[in-house]
Amino acid sequence: MEKRFVYADNAGTTAVSRTALDAMLPYFSENFGNPSGVYSVGRASRRALEEAREKIAGTVGASAGEIFFTGSGSEADNWAIRGVAEMLAEKKGRHIITSAVEHHAVFNTLEWLEKRFGFEITTLPVDSDGLISLEDLKNAIRDDTVLVTIMAANNEIGTIMPVREIGAICREKGVLFHTDAVQAVGHIPIDVEAMNVDMLSMAAHKFRGPKGVGALYVRKGIRLPSLIHGGGQEKGKRAGTENVAGIIGMAAALEEAVANMDENMARVSAMRDRLIDGLTKIPYSSLTGHRTNRLPGTASFVFECIEGESMILTLDNAGICASSGSACSSGSLDPSHVLMAIGLSHATAHGSVRLTINECSTDEDIDYILEVLPKTVEKLRSMSPLWEDRLNGKF
Amino acid sequence: MYSEKVMDHFTNPRNVGELPDANAVGRVGNPVCGDIMQIYLKIENDVVVDAKFKTFGCGAAIATSSMATELVKGKTVEEALKLSNKAVTEALDGLPPVKMHCSVLAEEGIKSAIADYYKRQGIDPEPIVGCIGDCDHCCHH
Ligand SMILES: Cc1ncc(COP(=O)(O)O)c(C=O)c1O
Repeated sequence: MEKRFVYADNAGTTAVSRTALDAMLPYFSENFGNPSGVYSVGRASRRALEEAREKIAGTVGASAGEIFFTGSGSEADNWAIRGVAEMLAEKKGRHIITSAVEHHAVFNTLEWLEKRFGFEITTLPVDSDGLISLEDLKNAIRDDTVLVTIMAANNEIGTIMPVREIGAICREKGVLFHTDAVQAVGHIPIDVEAMNVDMLSMAAHKFRGPKGVGALYVRKGIRLPSLIHGGGQEKGKRAGTENVAGIIGMAAALEEAVANMDENMARVSAMRDRLIDGLTKIPYSSLTGHRTNRLPGTASFVFECIEGESMILTLDNAGICASSGSACSSGSLDPSHVLMAIGLSHATAHGSVRLTINECSTDEDIDYILEVLPKTVEKLRSMSPLWEDRLNGKF
Repeated sequence: MYSEKVMDHFTNPRNVGELPDANAVGRVGNPVCGDIMQIYLKIENDVVVDAKFKTFGCGAAIATSSMATELVKGKTVEEALKLSNKAVTEALDGLPPVKMHCSVLAEEGIKSAIADYYKRQGIDPEPIVGCIGDCDHCCHH
């Protein structure tokens, strides 16, 4: 098979769509006005900005006044969590509930609240599919619980959390619920009303919008404190001249993703399932995350007796971009906390490989991965002393 | 983040495989840390005449194994024992800081094989080779 370039790291970031790019381009040097300006070019920017806010709100069942733009998904996560902490620490308490598989943007923010401000964090465990137990959640909520923050879908293993049920429990108990929906928005249906979500984070670059722009949905009535002090932008809560072009690109990308969602979900998950079926045929390999209740584009695996980073580098030499949660590829010395949380051993977790496709992927891309990846595993295993042990029945 | 040299030794590793007539075999590392090197040497008249390796690990682990086996071939045992992680790293035009432990592992792998060589002759390797093996190269950074 001829060498080709296959981008399979769409959970890392995506290519900006033509629609988003075309929508953005006029806002760099033609319609460049500051949205705070009272003259016509300023007013034009303001109108476009507010239109974008309206569109984005519409895609998740929110109203425009509940959408606040940020500079990233991480910023939205930080703002939601730090904001609630600041708002309720004195009034209600210092207890926050989360899951063991959150993104570092949530995880490290909570750790910081714990260390610096004496918050108590309850981290709900997950089962081998990466799901929390709703019973555990109910039991964990206390009088001083100020926030539950649980992601909508996991970035490493693709498992989709029972957001609606989590929301219902939080609503019943009168606790605020934030969900990091960075991997979910634009890919699976999200409705903040139906799901009882109080705050929700998203990032444009995960659904073919530009990098460096995100949003936080904050339910009307929640008086989240300001994140950046300064001018009056974002109702004075996040000062700084808006990333107008980025925001417009975000809205255009999301609108397109939502308009095509049914079709994309069907086509992308069919390709994902070909990857899963094909690659789990490799001996001593397994899928990570829930088999069916997972993001349409996420196919994630562990291959025993090989190490993820060397897989990624070898795949890259063959033109395939993938990622891994192994220690060596994360730049730390432990494999990802997500892989540990679903109960994998260190040794197994080192062999993780994540392929994330989207609507730009083609059947030929999948054919190519199915052709190349098994050979890559075989090549690395042939030089792995662990594989020799495995074949000799030593473990 | 990797130098061209590292990528070259990763993509086309030298001396991969087993050495059936090896008389010095060492294994270092641990699957928990994510890297294991098995080094095979054939030593004749005090000279390393052949070297091979098998490695489970990241790009740097494979490249350092490849380079270390290259560097000891043709050396006397005494010279091979002097192979430092620094020499391996330099020969690869450097390694990212988080990957330095891989070069330490490669140095230990060679030493471990030579220790085996002495053991096979009934000689206690400790005084000659020093501590190798369970120095927990990675998990204690
Ligand atoms: C679940 C999740 N949350 C948050 C983020 C952070 O988003 P950003 O890179 O826009 O800060 C990511 C992106 O990797 C993610 O996957």
